[in-house]
Amino acid sequence: MMLAAIQTDESLWSLEWLPRLPQRLVEMLLHKLGASEWFVDFGGLLAAAVTVVAVFLGAFALLSLIERKTLARVQNRIGPNRAGWFGILQPVADGIKMLTKEDIVPARAEKLLHLLAPILIGLPAILALGVIPYGREWTPVSLDLGLLFFFSIGALTEVSVFMAGWASGSKFPMLGAMRAISQMVSYELPLLLSALGVVMVTGSLSLPEIVARQEGYHLGFLPAWNLLTPWGLVGGLVFFIAALAESNRSPFDLPEGESEIVAGHMTEYSGFKYALFFMGEYLGLFAISGLGITLFLGGWQAPLPGLEFVPSWIWFFGKLALVIFLFLWIRATFPRLRIDQLMRFAWLCLIPMALLTLPAAAIWHFTGRGFLSWVVTVPLLMIPWGILTVIFNKRLAPATRTYRFADS
Amino acid sequence: MICRAPTLEGSDEDQLLRVSLGPQHPSTHGVFRMNVVLDGETVVRLKPVFGYLHRNHEKIAEGTSYLASMPYTDRLDYICPLSNNWAYALAVERLAGVEVPERAEYMRVILAELTRLINHTAFLGFILGDMGAWGSALMYAFREREKILDLFEDLTGARMMANFMRFGGCRNDLPTGWAERVSVIVNDYGPFLDEMEKFLVGNEILLSRSQDVGQLPKEQLLNGGITGPMLRAAGVNYDLRKADPYGIYERFEFRIPLGEKGDCYDRIMIRFLEMRESLKILRQALAQLPEGDYIHPKAKLRNFKAPVGEVYSRIEGPKGELGFYLISDGATNPYRYRVRPPSFVNLTLLEDMCLGLDLADVIIILGSIDIVLGEVDR
Repeated sequence: MMLAAIQTDESLWSLEWLPRLPQRLVEMLLHKLGASEWFVDFGGLLAAAVTVVAVFLGAFALLSLIERKTLARVQNRIGPNRAGWFGILQPVADGIKMLTKEDIVPARAEKLLHLLAPILIGLPAILALGVIPYGREWTPVSLDLGLLFFFSIGALTEVSVFMAGWASGSKFPMLGAMRAISQMVSYELPLLLSALGVVMVTGSLSLPEIVARQEGYHLGFLPAWNLLTPWGLVGGLVFFIAALAESNRSPFDLPEGESEIVAGHMTEYSGFKYALFFMGEYLGLFAISGLGITLFLGGWQAPLPGLEFVPSWIWFFGKLALVIFLFLWIRATFPRLRIDQLMRFAWLCLIPMALLTLPAAAIWHFTGRGFLSWVVTVPLLMIPWGILTVIFNKRLAPATRTYRFADS
Repeated sequence: MICRAPTLEGSDEDQLLRVSLGPQHPSTHGVFRMNVVLDGETVVRLKPVFGYLHRNHEKIAEGTSYLASMPYTDRLDYICPLSNNWAYALAVERLAGVEVPERAEYMRVILAELTRLINHTAFLGFILGDMGAWGSALMYAFREREKILDLFEDLTGARMMANFMRFGGCRNDLPTGWAERVSVIVNDYGPFLDEMEKFLVGNEILLSRSQDVGQLPKEQLLNGGITGPMLRAAGVNYDLRKADPYGIYERFEFRIPLGEKGDCYDRIMIRFLEMRESLKILRQALAQLPEGDYIHPKAKLRNFKAPVGEVYSRIEGPKGELGFYLISDGATNPYRYRVRPPSFVNLTLLEDMCLGLDLADVIIILGSIDIVLGEVDR
């Protein structure tokens, strides 16, 4: 039965079938029990969803530890190391602590919304995680309009953040919610625009299709990822920066801005509701990084020829780990921006560059994606970027100063 | 269900938000509190509230003997207890005309400059924390601070609450090899400062967050009684080590760094430069450190009585002018004991610096004033 459940074109040892196994097993089982067709499909989908949620909840627990360890190492500390080897049981200890803490609801809070916000915050992220292709044979739900679905669901996060800020009936959460709304709305735009170039070149909104089109290698060793094209490089960088802001990560963590507004929209939450906010944030981080990998880093494609024997989902999660390490590294090293600087950066810098990737992608597509395309698109992107840089350096950028000493 | 927005109701100022920043707020450096009125995120009014850490320091000092106040001075500015010790000892010495031996003077200079290093280093960590750099700079700063605190522990028995100075010298002599350990730290400090400067000054976020934030005209700063790095950042050449020399500071060669604009960036950079000058003073003091008594042989500690009179004596503390005002009626305890704490006086212009700026700027401005609540509230 196991072997039949695997149902793969690849050899058994490629392990491509492994993440699909729960779904296949459930489908087989229901089939054997004589369930009707739609029920078999439904059970299979449920099993696939449960697999994704289980994998990412495990990754969430692991990341909460890895984040603390990484930050500690950057900061010349050791980090959690009391619970289990290298603190491996720390997430369990944290979970127990969070569960047993008192749940406090402020007297002025809107009780229902206050309860609903932490529940809803993880939902869009989980839904969005469902459409990402994790491996050659592992796309939990393959939608033709996957990208559209991802963005429309992802925009829901703002609602629950604002809900939390408003319903707390308190001032710091209110300030945090206002910041969150303005920030997320502004950064949604460059995020969308930078993804649009990929859609133009691929001609599809389906995420598995986008990954499939990044197969192969240039010159025998350079992977044909979108990141390694002129428009893809710019788009990928814009996407990465906008993703930092969308997931409220440092240096764009203004909605939480600990040193300014305590914890922003999460100030009035305690115990497990607070933990749910954290979970939602981390799942959102996984989802947006996963999308970035799908769009620009070739999804589950191997980075070098000859490495295809490694199961494709391992490549995906390897890339995910790399991207998330970048997030952590940035968090450990950068101070936070101010709200006006944040807005200026989005509207004057990211959006123009993201818009430029669209003509560049179009030219790239119609000039045959060869030498000629490089010759045309590189100046198209570099010259406006140079002009923007010169203007900003002259008008806005701060300068270091020299200091004098008193004579006496 | 009616959703209530937290605003001021029933007034013309319906659109304003009144927020109490502190006393339990992550970046008010203890239990400071600011009652802020916000329009959006712009500060319209700001009222500092303090006294949460009031310990009745001055009244207690008037009731106990002169020496018994010495440990209390540690707790004024608890980041730099040794300069507080010195300021108080100096005041009593001037009041009673006590002489200090050469070696003790050098020890005091070394300790005070090490304290300045501690204070300014910790300041860098704190202000980066206020900017949201989540402790990375703080941990690097505290690593260096720990090394100096280890030295203090070996000398005074306590890492922070030193209680080390006495009227007429210091409590005990330097342990064997202590001066050599100081020179090791002094030699290592330059590279550490280079590293910090490279990390911080090149960072565009830090530059844009701190430049043109919180500056005031020189005249206003002078009228407000602002002293220390805050005043020098605005370009006023006022350092008590040069302007009103005390101890043996005339013997050392060092320069006073001056800023131009007096914004938060200048305040950060002035502290960098001051640390480098402190290193110079430390090198000279260590090279010249003479043998001899660490306390005047005739110094009287028990049953110490000051002659009738009054004195105001001040030193250049790491945060500004730290003064002690004493009136003696000839008894074993001072008749009046008053501290002029630099961070308390520097706070007086907080509202003027913050008006019209963002809430996020207020936090940085407060950080750049470098307050310690032990000293503000006393």
